[in-house]
Amino acid sequence: MSEWVGIFIVALMVLSAIFAVEWRDLLAAVVGMAAVSLFASIAFFFLQAPDVAMTEAAIGAAMSAAIFIFAIKRTQRYESEEEGTGWWVRW
Amino acid sequence: MVKRILAIIFILVIGFWIANALAKVPFGEDKMLVGKYYLENVKEQTGAINAVTAVVVNYRGFDTLGEVTVLFIASTGVAALLWRRREERSAEVDGSLILKTGSRVLLPFIMLFGAYIFIHGHLTPGGGFPGGATIATAFLMIYLAYKEYEIDHNLFEPLEGLSGVSYVAVGLIGLAIGGYFLFDWIWQIWEVGDIGRLLSAGFIPIIYTIIGIKVGTELTGIIDRMIKESKEVEG
Repeated sequence: MSEWVGIFIVALMVLSAIFAVEWRDLLAAVVGMAAVSLFASIAFFFLQAPDVAMTEAAIGAAMSAAIFIFAIKRTQRYESEEEGTGWWVRW
Repeated sequence: MVKRILAIIFILVIGFWIANALAKVPFGEDKMLVGKYYLENVKEQTGAINAVTAVVVNYRGFDTLGEVTVLFIASTGVAALLWRRREERSAEVDGSLILKTGSRVLLPFIMLFGAYIFIHGHLTPGGGFPGGATIATAFLMIYLAYKEYEIDHNLFEPLEGLSGVSYVAVGLIGLAIGGYFLFDWIWQIWEVGDIGRLLSAGFIPIIYTIIGIKVGTELTGIIDRMIKESKEVEG
């Protein structure tokens, strides 16, 4: 993998992970989490591990996202607004 | 506040030492004795082209049995937590026309690809776990498209148990013939097949077919449990 493609994919992973944590709409956050898995799977493929890439795409991007969506359907879609501050204070 | 600062300092110290230790481990170099041994002897000892598969199923077969057991316990846990006497699917409408038609067209191809992944595990990248997960995504698609669809529980649950038992049975046959659990008697004693053909690599294709069926039925069962809601709660 050429170095810049790798940096780009990892940057996209980090960006999607930040979105997945930050978005208040949990459905959107699940999509962000699935995007992390999808970019991880592309990175695995470029790192010459196609078997891991297949597992990551099937389990991470499809199955776990679906299971999270079923869980959201049973509970509620939006995060509660109790701690409405940014990530730099929340910890 | 003091607690948090102490926690940060603690994490930084631990992180520093872990990074320091890992920086000295050679990565991807030609120094790893075990890896070198596998790569040099994999063809004669297991008959598989794909060294990763040979390590997972043959050299480290007992670990894979443990992995399958972990998945089985997870599936049992989901079933135990979400079990209700009467439960049914709560979706009110089918998927859109595009989803329904598309899932009908794609279903056989996804199933075939999943089966291909686990049957050819000893030749091409892949194996039982990706193949089973791929088959489970096909069932997930059908579940999303049709509101009344439900898997045949009388078929899936016995199949899941039977594949788990047959993995142990393959290991016990190896114990009886070769003297230790998961001994690859098909390759080492019978020497069936030629290296690089579908019929080769001893029991690797057999075990991966078992694992593929087991993972596929288990993940489909988890989806089924998650998507159905009990009738009393409603909503």
